[in-house]
Amino acid sequence: MAKKKVIKKTGKNSKDLTIHFMPYSEISREDIIGKIKKIMGIVLDNKIIILQGKLSSEEQAKLIENSMVMIGNIKGFQGIEVAAISGENDSRGLFDRIRHNIARILVGEQDAITIIGPASVVKDIKKDPKKMEMMLKRK
Amino acid sequence: MIKIIKNFARRLFSGIFKKKGEIKLGFYGSPNAGKTSLANKICQDWLGEDLGAVSKMPHETREVQSKEKVVIKRNGKSLEFKIIDTPGIATKIDFEDFMKFGMKKKAAQERAKEATQGIIESIKWLDDVDAVVVMVDSSVNPYSQVNITIIGNLVARNIPVLIVANKIDLKKSDIKKVKGAFPEYDVVGISAKSGENMEEFYEALFKLVKKV
Repeated sequence: MAKKKVIKKTGKNSKDLTIHFMPYSEISREDIIGKIKKIMGIVLDNKIIILQGKLSSEEQAKLIENSMVMIGNIKGFQGIEVAAISGENDSRGLFDRIRHNIARILVGEQDAITIIGPASVVKDIKKDPKKMEMMLKRK
Repeated sequence: MIKIIKNFARRLFSGIFKKKGEIKLGFYGSPNAGKTSLANKICQDWLGEDLGAVSKMPHETREVQSKEKVVIKRNGKSLEFKIIDTPGIATKIDFEDFMKFGMKKKAAQERAKEATQGIIESIKWLDDVDAVVVMVDSSVNPYSQVNITIIGNLVARNIPVLIVANKIDLKKSDIKKVKGAFPEYDVVGISAKSGENMEEFYEALFKLVKKV
Protein backbone atom coordinates (compact mmCIF):
# COMPACT_ATOMS: atom_id res chain seq x y z
CA MET A 1 0.00 0.00 0.00
CA ALA A 2 1.36 3.38 -0.95
CA LYS A 3 2.18 5.74 1.89
CA LYS A 4 -0.01 8.80 2.17
CA LYS A 5 2.02 11.85 1.24
CA VAL A 6 1.84 14.62 3.81
CA ILE A 7 2.89 18.07 2.62
CA LYS A 8 3.80 20.48 5.34
CA LYS A 9 4.13 24.10 4.44
CA THR A 10 5.14 26.45 7.15
CA GLY A 11 7.31 29.49 7.54
CA LYS A 12 7.78 32.56 5.42
CA ASN A 13 8.53 30.77 2.19
CA SER A 14 5.41 28.62 2.23
CA LYS A 15 2.55 29.22 -0.16
CA ASP A 16 0.02 29.04 2.65
CA LEU A 17 -2.66 31.65 2.58
CA THR A 18 -2.54 34.03 5.51
CA ILE A 19 -5.50 36.10 6.58
CA HIS A 20 -4.73 39.02 8.85
CA PHE A 21 -7.69 40.04 11.01
CA MET A 22 -7.27 43.68 11.91
CA PRO A 23 -9.34 45.41 14.58
CA TYR A 24 -10.07 49.04 13.73
CA SER A 25 -8.20 50.10 16.89
CA GLU A 26 -4.96 49.01 15.19
CA ILE A 27 -5.19 51.90 12.72
CA SER A 28 -7.63 54.31 14.37
CA ARG A 29 -4.90 56.53 15.83
CA GLU A 30 -2.86 56.66 12.62
CA ASP A 31 -3.12 59.52 10.15
CA ILE A 32 -3.94 58.73 6.51
CA ILE A 33 -0.30 57.99 5.59
CA GLY A 34 0.15 55.79 8.66
CA LYS A 35 -2.98 53.79 7.84
CA ILE A 36 -1.94 53.22 4.22
CA LYS A 37 1.61 52.31 5.27
CA LYS A 38 0.34 49.72 7.76
CA ILE A 39 -2.13 48.20 5.26
CA MET A 40 0.34 48.11 2.37
CA GLY A 41 3.01 46.53 4.58
CA ILE A 42 0.70 43.56 5.21
CA VAL A 43 -0.56 43.35 1.61
CA LEU A 44 2.99 43.38 0.24
CA ASP A 45 3.67 40.39 2.50
CA ASN A 46 1.03 38.58 0.37
CA LYS A 47 -1.52 38.51 3.18
CA ILE A 48 -5.22 39.26 3.00
CA ILE A 49 -6.55 41.78 5.50
CA ILE A 50 -9.99 41.52 7.01
CA LEU A 51 -10.43 44.93 8.60
CA GLN A 52 -13.05 45.74 11.16
CA GLY A 53 -14.64 48.93 9.89
CA LYS A 54 -13.88 50.77 6.69
CA LEU A 55 -11.61 53.44 5.34
CA SER A 56 -12.94 56.88 4.45
CA SER A 57 -13.37 57.75 0.76
CA GLU A 58 -10.25 59.91 0.89
CA GLU A 59 -8.27 57.06 2.46
CA GLN A 60 -9.56 54.63 -0.17
CA ALA A 61 -8.47 56.97 -2.97
CA LYS A 62 -5.05 57.33 -1.35
CA LEU A 63 -4.80 53.52 -1.07
CA ILE A 64 -5.49 53.18 -4.81
CA GLU A 65 -2.95 55.94 -5.62
CA ASN A 66 -0.35 54.23 -3.44
CA SER A 67 -1.00 50.84 -5.05
CA MET A 68 -0.48 52.36 -8.49
CA VAL A 69 2.87 53.83 -7.44
CA MET A 70 3.91 50.43 -6.05
CA ILE A 71 3.01 48.57 -9.25
CA GLY A 72 5.73 50.53 -10.99
CA ASN A 73 8.26 50.10 -8.21
CA ILE A 74 7.82 46.59 -6.81
CA LYS A 75 8.42 43.67 -9.12
CA GLY A 76 5.52 41.24 -9.36
CA PHE A 77 3.07 43.54 -7.56
CA GLN A 78 -0.13 43.91 -9.61
CA GLY A 79 -2.18 46.04 -7.27
CA ILE A 80 -4.92 45.18 -4.81
CA GLU A 81 -8.45 43.92 -4.56
CA VAL A 82 -10.56 45.84 -2.08
CA ALA A 83 -14.20 45.76 -1.05
CA ALA A 84 -16.17 46.88 1.97
CA ILE A 85 -19.60 46.01 3.22
CA SER A 86 -21.36 47.91 5.96
CA GLY A 87 -24.24 47.19 8.24
CA GLU A 88 -26.10 50.31 7.13
CA ASN A 89 -29.74 49.74 7.78
CA ASP A 90 -32.40 51.91 6.14
CA SER A 91 -35.03 50.66 8.56
CA ARG A 92 -33.27 52.38 11.49
CA GLY A 93 -35.34 54.97 13.27
CA LEU A 94 -34.32 58.64 13.31
CA PHE A 95 -32.86 58.41 16.82
CA ASP A 96 -30.87 55.30 15.91
CA ARG A 97 -29.54 56.97 12.76
CA ILE A 98 -28.42 60.08 14.69
CA ARG A 99 -26.76 57.86 17.32
CA HIS A 100 -25.05 55.84 14.57
CA ASN A 101 -23.79 58.99 12.82
CA ILE A 102 -22.39 60.44 16.06
CA ALA A 103 -20.60 57.15 16.76
CA ARG A 104 -19.23 57.16 13.21
CA ILE A 105 -17.79 60.66 13.67
CA LEU A 106 -16.25 59.77 17.03
CA VAL A 107 -14.76 56.33 16.40
CA GLY A 108 -14.94 55.83 12.62
CA GLU A 109 -17.19 53.46 10.75
CA GLN A 110 -16.70 50.24 12.66
CA ASP A 111 -20.05 48.81 11.65
CA ALA A 112 -18.45 47.43 8.48
CA ILE A 113 -15.99 44.86 7.16
CA THR A 114 -13.30 45.56 4.57
CA ILE A 115 -11.29 43.01 2.63
CA ILE A 116 -7.98 44.14 1.17
CA GLY A 117 -5.69 41.68 -0.57
CA PRO A 118 -2.92 41.56 -3.16
CA ALA A 119 -4.26 41.06 -6.71
CA SER A 120 -1.70 38.27 -7.16
CA VAL A 121 -3.59 36.25 -4.52
CA VAL A 122 -7.16 37.57 -4.69
CA LYS A 123 -8.74 37.04 -8.09
CA ASP A 124 -11.95 38.94 -7.46
CA ILE A 125 -14.30 40.11 -4.74
CA LYS A 126 -17.95 39.87 -5.75
CA LYS A 127 -20.19 42.10 -3.79
CA ASP A 128 -23.85 42.90 -3.39
CA PRO A 129 -25.57 44.84 -0.58
CA LYS A 130 -25.86 41.76 1.63
CA LYS A 131 -22.65 39.80 1.09
CA MET A 132 -19.11 39.70 -0.27
CA GLU A 133 -17.51 36.66 -1.90
CA MET A 134 -13.75 36.47 -2.28
CA MET A 135 -12.31 34.36 -5.08
CA LEU A 136 -8.67 33.33 -4.74
CA LYS A 137 -6.22 32.45 -7.48
CA ARG A 138 -5.21 28.79 -7.72
CA LYS A 139 -1.49 28.30 -7.21
CA MET B 1 -8.76 66.90 4.48
CA ILE B 2 -6.92 70.15 3.58
CA LYS B 3 -7.71 69.52 -0.09
CA ILE B 4 -11.41 69.13 0.69
CA ILE B 5 -11.50 72.38 2.68
CA LYS B 6 -9.53 74.18 -0.06
CA ASN B 7 -11.90 72.87 -2.71
CA PHE B 8 -14.96 73.81 -0.69
CA ALA B 9 -13.62 77.36 -0.13
CA ARG B 10 -12.75 77.72 -3.83
CA ARG B 11 -16.26 76.63 -4.83
CA LEU B 12 -17.88 78.88 -2.24
CA PHE B 13 -15.94 82.01 -3.24
CA SER B 14 -16.21 81.39 -6.96
CA GLY B 15 -19.95 81.01 -6.44
CA ILE B 16 -20.17 84.37 -4.65
CA PHE B 17 -17.85 86.49 -6.77
CA LYS B 18 -17.92 84.92 -10.21
CA LYS B 19 -20.55 84.68 -12.87
CA LYS B 20 -21.19 81.08 -13.89
CA GLY B 21 -18.88 80.56 -16.86
CA GLU B 22 -17.44 77.42 -18.36
CA ILE B 23 -18.43 74.37 -16.34
CA LYS B 24 -15.69 71.80 -15.87
CA LEU B 25 -17.48 68.49 -16.37
CA GLY B 26 -15.45 65.41 -15.45
CA PHE B 27 -16.09 61.89 -16.71
CA TYR B 28 -15.12 59.26 -14.18
CA GLY B 29 -15.53 55.50 -13.87
CA SER B 30 -13.92 52.09 -14.24
CA PRO B 31 -11.96 51.21 -17.39
CA ASN B 32 -14.19 50.36 -20.38
CA ALA B 33 -17.31 51.90 -18.83
CA GLY B 34 -17.65 54.15 -21.90
CA LYS B 35 -16.38 57.51 -20.66
CA THR B 36 -14.61 58.44 -23.89
CA SER B 37 -17.51 57.11 -25.98
CA LEU B 38 -19.92 59.47 -24.22
CA ALA B 39 -17.46 62.38 -24.30
CA ASN B 40 -17.05 61.75 -28.04
CA LYS B 41 -20.83 61.61 -28.55
CA ILE B 42 -21.25 64.99 -26.80
CA CYS B 43 -18.36 66.55 -28.74
CA GLN B 44 -19.75 65.16 -31.99
CA ASP B 45 -23.24 66.48 -31.20
CA TRP B 46 -22.07 70.03 -30.41
CA LEU B 47 -18.65 70.48 -32.03
CA GLY B 48 -18.69 67.91 -34.81
CA GLU B 49 -15.44 66.30 -33.68
CA ASP B 50 -14.22 63.51 -31.39
CA LEU B 51 -12.33 63.99 -28.14
CA GLY B 52 -10.35 60.75 -27.94
CA ALA B 53 -9.79 57.25 -29.24
CA VAL B 54 -11.90 54.33 -28.02
CA SER B 55 -10.98 50.67 -27.90
CA LYS B 56 -12.16 47.34 -26.49
CA MET B 57 -8.80 47.05 -24.74
CA PRO B 58 -8.95 48.49 -21.20
CA HIS B 59 -6.98 51.65 -20.36
CA GLU B 60 -7.14 53.09 -23.87
CA THR B 61 -7.31 56.52 -22.21
CA ARG B 62 -4.16 56.85 -20.14
CA GLU B 63 -3.97 60.63 -19.89
CA VAL B 64 -6.60 63.19 -18.96
CA GLN B 65 -7.91 64.71 -22.19
CA SER B 66 -10.24 67.65 -22.51
CA LYS B 67 -12.21 69.76 -24.93
CA GLU B 68 -13.04 73.38 -24.15
CA LYS B 69 -15.93 75.61 -25.21
CA VAL B 70 -18.45 72.84 -25.75
CA VAL B 71 -21.73 74.75 -25.88
CA ILE B 72 -24.79 72.60 -25.26
CA LYS B 73 -28.21 74.05 -26.01
CA ARG B 74 -31.48 72.90 -24.56
CA ASN B 75 -34.95 74.48 -24.35
CA GLY B 76 -33.62 77.93 -25.30
CA LYS B 77 -30.82 77.79 -22.71
CA SER B 78 -27.17 77.29 -23.55
CA LEU B 79 -24.34 76.23 -21.28
CA GLU B 80 -20.61 76.16 -21.96
CA PHE B 81 -18.65 73.14 -20.78
CA LYS B 82 -15.08 72.00 -20.58
CA ILE B 83 -15.36 68.24 -21.09
CA ILE B 84 -12.71 66.39 -19.07
CA ASP B 85 -12.30 62.72 -19.94
CA THR B 86 -10.24 60.86 -17.34
CA PRO B 87 -8.47 57.47 -17.46
CA GLY B 88 -10.51 54.64 -15.94
CA ILE B 89 -9.80 54.03 -12.27
CA ALA B 90 -8.83 50.50 -11.24
CA THR B 91 -7.21 48.96 -8.17
CA LYS B 92 -5.04 46.51 -10.11
CA ILE B 93 -3.16 46.40 -13.39
CA ASP B 94 -1.48 43.31 -14.80
CA PHE B 95 0.50 43.84 -18.01
CA GLU B 96 -0.29 40.23 -19.03
CA ASP B 97 -3.94 41.27 -19.47
CA PHE B 98 -2.86 43.50 -22.37
CA MET B 99 -0.96 40.62 -23.95
CA LYS B 100 -4.30 38.78 -24.30
CA PHE B 101 -5.19 41.50 -26.83
CA GLY B 102 -2.13 40.63 -28.91
CA MET B 103 0.35 43.12 -27.46
CA LYS B 104 4.04 42.24 -27.16
CA LYS B 105 5.45 41.96 -23.61
CA LYS B 106 7.43 45.21 -23.71
CA ALA B 107 4.54 47.22 -25.14
CA ALA B 108 2.17 45.67 -22.61
CA GLN B 109 4.50 46.60 -19.74
CA GLU B 110 4.74 50.17 -21.05
CA ARG B 111 0.95 50.39 -21.36
CA ALA B 112 0.57 49.10 -17.79
CA LYS B 113 3.00 51.75 -16.55
CA GLU B 114 1.11 54.50 -18.38
CA ALA B 115 -2.20 53.15 -17.03
CA THR B 116 -0.98 53.36 -13.41
CA GLN B 117 0.13 56.96 -13.96
CA GLY B 118 -3.23 57.71 -15.60
CA ILE B 119 -5.12 56.47 -12.54
CA ILE B 120 -3.03 58.69 -10.24
CA GLU B 121 -3.75 61.64 -12.55
CA SER B 122 -7.49 60.88 -12.54
CA ILE B 123 -7.60 60.93 -8.75
CA LYS B 124 -5.68 64.22 -8.61
CA TRP B 125 -8.16 65.82 -11.05
CA LEU B 126 -11.01 65.25 -8.57
CA ASP B 127 -10.02 68.62 -7.09
CA ASP B 128 -10.41 70.44 -10.40
CA VAL B 129 -13.91 69.61 -11.61
CA ASP B 130 -17.21 71.41 -11.02
CA ALA B 131 -19.55 68.47 -11.73
CA VAL B 132 -19.01 64.82 -12.55
CA VAL B 133 -20.63 62.17 -14.69
CA VAL B 134 -19.85 58.76 -13.19
CA MET B 135 -20.04 56.15 -15.94
CA VAL B 136 -21.20 52.70 -14.91
CA ASP B 137 -21.35 49.73 -17.26
CA SER B 138 -24.97 48.58 -16.79
CA SER B 139 -24.12 45.09 -18.06
CA VAL B 140 -21.83 44.28 -15.11
CA ASN B 141 -22.20 44.28 -11.32
CA PRO B 142 -22.42 47.95 -10.25
CA TYR B 143 -21.34 47.29 -6.64
CA SER B 144 -17.68 47.91 -7.40
CA GLN B 145 -15.45 49.54 -4.81
CA VAL B 146 -14.07 51.86 -7.50
CA ASN B 147 -17.54 53.37 -8.12
CA ILE B 148 -18.12 53.73 -4.38
CA THR B 149 -14.71 55.34 -3.83
CA ILE B 150 -15.22 57.83 -6.69
CA ILE B 151 -18.71 58.84 -5.52
CA GLY B 152 -17.60 59.05 -1.88
CA ASN B 153 -14.77 61.41 -2.82
CA LEU B 154 -17.09 63.61 -4.87
CA VAL B 155 -19.62 63.82 -2.03
CA ALA B 156 -16.81 64.73 0.40
CA ARG B 157 -15.80 67.55 -1.96
CA ASN B 158 -19.40 68.70 -2.42
CA ILE B 159 -19.23 68.09 -6.18
CA PRO B 160 -22.57 67.26 -7.88
CA VAL B 161 -22.78 63.76 -9.37
CA LEU B 162 -24.83 62.24 -12.19
CA ILE B 163 -24.65 58.50 -12.65
CA VAL B 164 -24.88 57.30 -16.23
CA ALA B 165 -25.69 53.63 -16.74
CA ASN B 166 -24.10 52.97 -20.11
CA LYS B 167 -24.48 50.08 -22.57
CA ILE B 168 -28.28 49.76 -22.29
CA ASP B 169 -28.19 48.32 -25.82
CA LEU B 170 -26.62 45.12 -24.42
CA LYS B 171 -28.81 42.13 -23.45
CA LYS B 172 -27.12 41.82 -20.07
CA SER B 173 -27.85 45.47 -19.21
CA ASP B 174 -29.73 45.90 -15.94
CA ILE B 175 -30.46 49.55 -15.21
CA LYS B 176 -32.68 48.65 -12.22
CA LYS B 177 -29.64 47.10 -10.54
CA VAL B 178 -27.64 50.31 -11.08
CA LYS B 179 -30.50 52.39 -9.64
CA GLY B 180 -30.71 49.99 -6.70
CA ALA B 181 -26.98 50.34 -6.04
CA PHE B 182 -27.11 54.15 -5.98
CA PRO B 183 -30.58 55.06 -4.65
CA GLU B 184 -29.54 58.56 -3.55
CA TYR B 185 -28.45 59.69 -7.02
CA ASP B 186 -30.01 60.46 -10.38
CA VAL B 187 -29.32 57.59 -12.78
CA VAL B 188 -29.76 57.91 -16.54
CA GLY B 189 -29.54 54.89 -18.82
CA ILE B 190 -27.93 55.47 -22.21
CA SER B 191 -26.01 53.81 -24.98
CA ALA B 192 -23.08 56.06 -25.86
CA LYS B 193 -22.39 53.77 -28.82
CA SER B 194 -25.84 53.98 -30.45
CA GLY B 195 -26.82 57.37 -29.01
CA GLU B 196 -29.94 55.92 -27.36
CA ASN B 197 -31.51 58.13 -24.68
CA MET B 198 -29.15 61.08 -25.21
CA GLU B 199 -32.05 63.55 -24.84
CA GLU B 200 -32.72 62.25 -21.34
CA PHE B 201 -28.99 62.52 -20.60
CA TYR B 202 -28.85 66.20 -21.67
CA GLU B 203 -31.90 66.95 -19.57
CA ALA B 204 -30.27 65.32 -16.52
CA LEU B 205 -27.04 67.22 -17.27
CA PHE B 206 -28.82 70.59 -17.18
CA LYS B 207 -30.46 69.56 -13.90
CA LEU B 208 -27.04 68.59 -12.51
CA VAL B 209 -25.48 71.92 -13.45
CA LYS B 210 -28.05 73.78 -11.33
CA LYS B 211 -26.32 72.25 -8.29
CA VAL B 212 -22.89 73.68 -9.27
